[in-house]
Amino acid sequence: MSQLGLAELEAVYDALAAAINQVGTEQESLFLTKLVLLLANQLGDQTQIEQAITTALRDL
Amino acid sequence: MYIPDQTPRHSVYYNYSIYPFQTPPELRGTTQTYPVVIVGAGPIGLVTALELARYNIPVQVISAEVQVSHGSRAIVFTRRSMEILQQVGIAERMLATAYPWRSGNSIYRGQRVFRLEAPHDEDDRFQPLNNLQQQYVEQYLIEQAQLNPLIELRWGSQVMGVTSFSEHAELQIDTPEGEYTLSCNWLIAADGAKSTIRQVLGLRMEGASYRGRFVIADIKIDIPWPTERLAYFDPDWNRGNTILMHRQPEGIWRLDYQLPPNETPEQALAPESLNTRIQAQLDMVGVTAPWELDWCSVYSARAMTLPDYMHDRIIFTGDAAHMLPIFGVRGANTGFQDAQNLAWKLAMLLKGIGTPKLLTTYSSERVTAAQEIIAEASKSTRFMAPPDRGFRLLRDAVLSLSLTQAFVRPLFHWRTSRPHDYHDSALNALQDDNAQFTAGPAQGMPLQNIRLADNDYLFDHLGAAFHVLYFTDQIVPVAILDAIQTLQHTGIPIQLLTIGNQQRFTDQDGHFAKRYDALTGSAYLVRPDQHVCARWKSLSADQLKAAIYQALGQGA
Ligand SMILES: Cc1cc2nc3c(=O)[nH]c(=O)nc-3n(C[C@H](O)[C@H](O)[C@H](O)COP(=O)(O)OP(=O)(O)OC[C@H]3O[C@@H](n4cnc5c(N)ncnc54)[C@H](O)[C@@H]3O)c2cc1C
Repeated sequence: MSQLGLAELEAVYDALAAAINQVGTEQESLFLTKLVLLLANQLGDQTQIEQAITTALRDL
Repeated sequence: MYIPDQTPRHSVYYNYSIYPFQTPPELRGTTQTYPVVIVGAGPIGLVTALELARYNIPVQVISAEVQVSHGSRAIVFTRRSMEILQQVGIAERMLATAYPWRSGNSIYRGQRVFRLEAPHDEDDRFQPLNNLQQQYVEQYLIEQAQLNPLIELRWGSQVMGVTSFSEHAELQIDTPEGEYTLSCNWLIAADGAKSTIRQVLGLRMEGASYRGRFVIADIKIDIPWPTERLAYFDPDWNRGNTILMHRQPEGIWRLDYQLPPNETPEQALAPESLNTRIQAQLDMVGVTAPWELDWCSVYSARAMTLPDYMHDRIIFTGDAAHMLPIFGVRGANTGFQDAQNLAWKLAMLLKGIGTPKLLTTYSSERVTAAQEIIAEASKSTRFMAPPDRGFRLLRDAVLSLSLTQAFVRPLFHWRTSRPHDYHDSALNALQDDNAQFTAGPAQGMPLQNIRLADNDYLFDHLGAAFHVLYFTDQIVPVAILDAIQTLQHTGIPIQLLTIGNQQRFTDQDGHFAKRYDALTGSAYLVRPDQHVCARWKSLSADQLKAAIYQALGQGA
């Protein structure tokens, strides 16, 4: 699995923050759910997605 | 004293007939124990009665009502249902007025985001889906039953109680002329979703009840659209909810929409609320024609089944046995398969050919089918009417993506009722060549119809019996003919249908053999409910006999 370099990760970080601010609280969950579905489809690996869900559920 | 409602129900297109109560022998002082009594003259009770009569079993059918279904209720009948209804003799009559169809559309923000065509095979006589109101189906079944001297219909007779014994059951029945007790060896409970018999026995269904409530409204209106399923997601006038539209004969359209949470059925059915919502939907789809309401009702989606359909001499079938969400047109279509599965097994047992074990496979096969349907239907329900925040968010994300992203569109798939596959049935042959076939219906599956000639199909030739489909271009081996004759002499209904050169079905172009992956000497053994229980690349007489005994529950 490829990993992002620091510069790329920072760019994604900024873009995601900007998008969340742009959609506003009401549509934030919908936006994030859409994003996950799009990325999941691009990743094309059910196990990796389920592992990511588990990881994201941790330490909330 | 029970007085049924004798006023014909109101409808703008259907004329309700009254089937009057008639004094039964029990109220004139004669009593007897009947072999089979069916409680319920809905579609499932009636098909069960007609099916049993095909095997020469007499039946008494008891109904609290004196007329057919209030409103259209089940309107979509699948190909498999049509094949079953053909056997009981009403398919042709239904097709005279039913609307056949096969395409479903999902619409979001004015855009058609998904369209699915149910496959239609040129070997099939019936279209994948056929729309006709339940009143007509019941009427045709009743008229068919009235012609049959083996069937007695007792209208206006309400079952109040039931007592179960190990060898018989007794019903307490209330009528306009007073109460009586009816005794029978086998009692079939086809008394619908609110089954009195299920309640009296204290039996509980297992599964899920969804919170969403839906209004069904049938309106008379002229809309010049083809017969297709239309599903509108999240429209402006009913945010977050789904609206279905279905075309029915007689210029009727059904609108089916989900209610906002916390609204009561009374509020939902108040004329003002109905009118506003129906008009809002029509406005949205650009229909300006005038309309008139025929019937409306509220229902909630449930996906539940009894875990066992047999309790001593009481057998549950249809809605009395299970409650299924109607999104996939599952209520009646599932019940017909119950009726057909039950009838031959009970008939064989009553004739002393089948074993009690055979009859218990009615419960095991159909409970498994119901559980499978529930799992599948629950997926549709979660998409059509998301039960919680998580499912709602995912559904809304899919709706939003569907406008531009093709990969989410298959999630709109409207799973419709399918014939169940009894692949793990205890009635299937233990030793056959099932796994070696590369085509044709496998063990447990219903037969594939074959078009033999113009307006002539394989299913037209099937009767109330086991069938051996035997493929050969030569003469049928004597040993096989002898085996079939021996079985017939013991009272087993079994028919040989030969396929090939100079046979019953000539199969000139080899199409039949090809679809069934058959060579000379290959054979399929088909149960009376048209499901395959064994198939051989090359049939031997001994294997045929063993498979028949297995299918009658006489196996080890
Ligand atoms: C509002 C509504 C809409 C529906 N829409 C659809 C649909 O679009 N598609 C679909 O596939 N299905 C639909 N269904 C379900 C479908 O109508 C049923 O699955 C089907 O009618 C089941 O048939 P049944 O014979 O098991 O029971 P029912 O049709 O309910 O028949 C029950 C019978 O039992 C009798 N009975 C009940 N209690 C007693 C008693 N105590 N004594 C004597 N007799 C009694 C009744 O008189 C009746 O004859 C709908 C149901 C409803 C209520």
